[in-house]
Amino acid sequence: MQPPRLSLSDEASAARVILSGTWTLAAISPCYARLSGELAAQNRGVDVGWDLDAIEHLDSVGASMLWRAWGGGFPADVALPDELRVVFERIRAAGQDGPVVRGRGWLDWLAGMGGLAEAFWRNLLGVLALLGRLVLDAGHLLRHPGDTPWREISANLYKAGARALPVTSLVAFLIGVVLSYLSALQLNRFGADVYIVNLLGIGIIRELGPVLVAVLVAGRSGSAMTAQLGVMRVTEEIDALATMGVSRSLRLVFPKVLALAIAMPLITAWTSAMALIGGMVAAQIQVDISYGFFIETLPKVVPVANVWIGLAKGLVFGFLIALLACHFGLQVKPNTESLSSNTTRSVVTAITVVILADAVFAIATRSIGID
Amino acid sequence: MADSPIIEARGLGTCFGQKKWVLRGLDLVVERGEVVALVGGSGSGKTTLLRHINGLMRPSEGSVRLFGQPLFSGDRLADRALRRRFGMLFQQGALFSALTVFQNVAFPMRELRLLDEDLIRDLVHLKLAQVELKASDAELMPSELSGGMIKRVGLARALALEPELLLLDEPTAGLDPDRSEAFVKLIKQLHAELGLTVVLVTHDLDTLAALAAHVAVLAERRILAYGPLDEIMQIDHPFINGFFGAQRSRIALERGRAVP
Repeated sequence: MQPPRLSLSDEASAARVILSGTWTLAAISPCYARLSGELAAQNRGVDVGWDLDAIEHLDSVGASMLWRAWGGGFPADVALPDELRVVFERIRAAGQDGPVVRGRGWLDWLAGMGGLAEAFWRNLLGVLALLGRLVLDAGHLLRHPGDTPWREISANLYKAGARALPVTSLVAFLIGVVLSYLSALQLNRFGADVYIVNLLGIGIIRELGPVLVAVLVAGRSGSAMTAQLGVMRVTEEIDALATMGVSRSLRLVFPKVLALAIAMPLITAWTSAMALIGGMVAAQIQVDISYGFFIETLPKVVPVANVWIGLAKGLVFGFLIALLACHFGLQVKPNTESLSSNTTRSVVTAITVVILADAVFAIATRSIGID
Repeated sequence: MADSPIIEARGLGTCFGQKKWVLRGLDLVVERGEVVALVGGSGSGKTTLLRHINGLMRPSEGSVRLFGQPLFSGDRLADRALRRRFGMLFQQGALFSALTVFQNVAFPMRELRLLDEDLIRDLVHLKLAQVELKASDAELMPSELSGGMIKRVGLARALALEPELLLLDEPTAGLDPDRSEAFVKLIKQLHAELGLTVVLVTHDLDTLAALAAHVAVLAERRILAYGPLDEIMQIDHPFINGFFGAQRSRIALERGRAVP
């Protein structure tokens, strides 16, 4: 196999470019830059003759290169065997409808911001519409209790609830230890060691427990829900369900939202308990507060309203996480890129919304549960 | 180089699990410029054989050589260069769903990292024209394409690097008869124009008759028979009788031959 070559004949009559060798992708690609440079240089002279008789093999890559060097048409003086002419004719035919090229405008950043605002608005409407569907579904279930998807609810309770217990308890225990250790050091300076029970009790039960669980569950179960619904969209399973007359919101979204709304308060209670145990252990080691004293003091210094606030937060957060996860899952377009970006969006939005909701809770309950 | 066959499989064997042989002692030689159809019952190992030829699966025993070179030489660059010499059309198209039609066809060319964007654009539009797609289709996403268009784009992508060998997995499955006939015509025309070697797996007798000069019958874990269609049909074997024997297949074969 001869490499592609380009040479000039020195006949007095006219300058001729003689091409020889194999002009195929495999042969051209190692010396592409050199060849295209040489070709461009040849075409500057106006009346150059081209001699292609010596080309052994020509594919569309080689032909496209030449075609471009010729400026999209046959040169006036060209020696071209018929079997090669066919290749050029194909390119000529393809060139009839020109490629579409989209440029970049200088106002693109404005359009980008508008797009973001529009996406926010669209998602807000989407979530509201989904919420409306869920209310309608709940109404339907009140009138037809037989349609309740018990199986799906219990499966989701197990997956999003029971299976989340190990990881939340581990994280909560460690956070409890760290929190207790750091606060004990500070309180010890003022001789206020015993207040560690108040601090941990209020802080964990009312605030830290629910938020910690929400972050963990959004990352764990929220992403799983989005990905599951997203893949079902990609593989048209949701459409299959719809054609069988199965409501997607009733069978897919409702059980997830309900299960997480039930499971989250329970996980919150469990997680808060674990964090308190961690704090109790650290307090005993650090400032020598006995377990008995800790357990005895806790109910006295933490009004029971805090527990209810914590559980209510868990319920609301669970509801929000599942609702957002399902919304983003149902928005997935049938391609891989959309699936991954929507899963990310679901988790990030869920955590942001949970923290916003937590702020709302803090303001709404500012006079409850604190002496 | 011209002497070595395009595909040469010797003593090929595939074993799933402990003792479940799907292929055993299989020999297949495909010469340059041939169009070969692989036929066989379901589960006879057609897909497995195709996966050995395109290098997705390493055989348990025996070897496959493409263009006279081993598929698994151990040298990364040589293996990659060899895989750029054939194109594969998957049954479902296997288009990259996050990329547009244009980007899908341009992908293998960009992977070469040698060509400039202008030439790539020209080439992509040439490939799309070759498979009879419009330039305006280039900006569509795979999810917006019909089944026939997906196959065409898949074919354009398989042809992107000017392959010497084209592998087709059920090229006409899932297309209606009209489109299937048009697609067969297209492949036939490309074969004539580009001098490709084509290996296809098919169930469809119309496709088989219209395209394939040679048929390889896969049964009893090996190539049971290999040769021109007319010779194959003379062989007395339960599978061949079942596949080609019925009256309907005679009709299909006649019709297939009529395709210009």
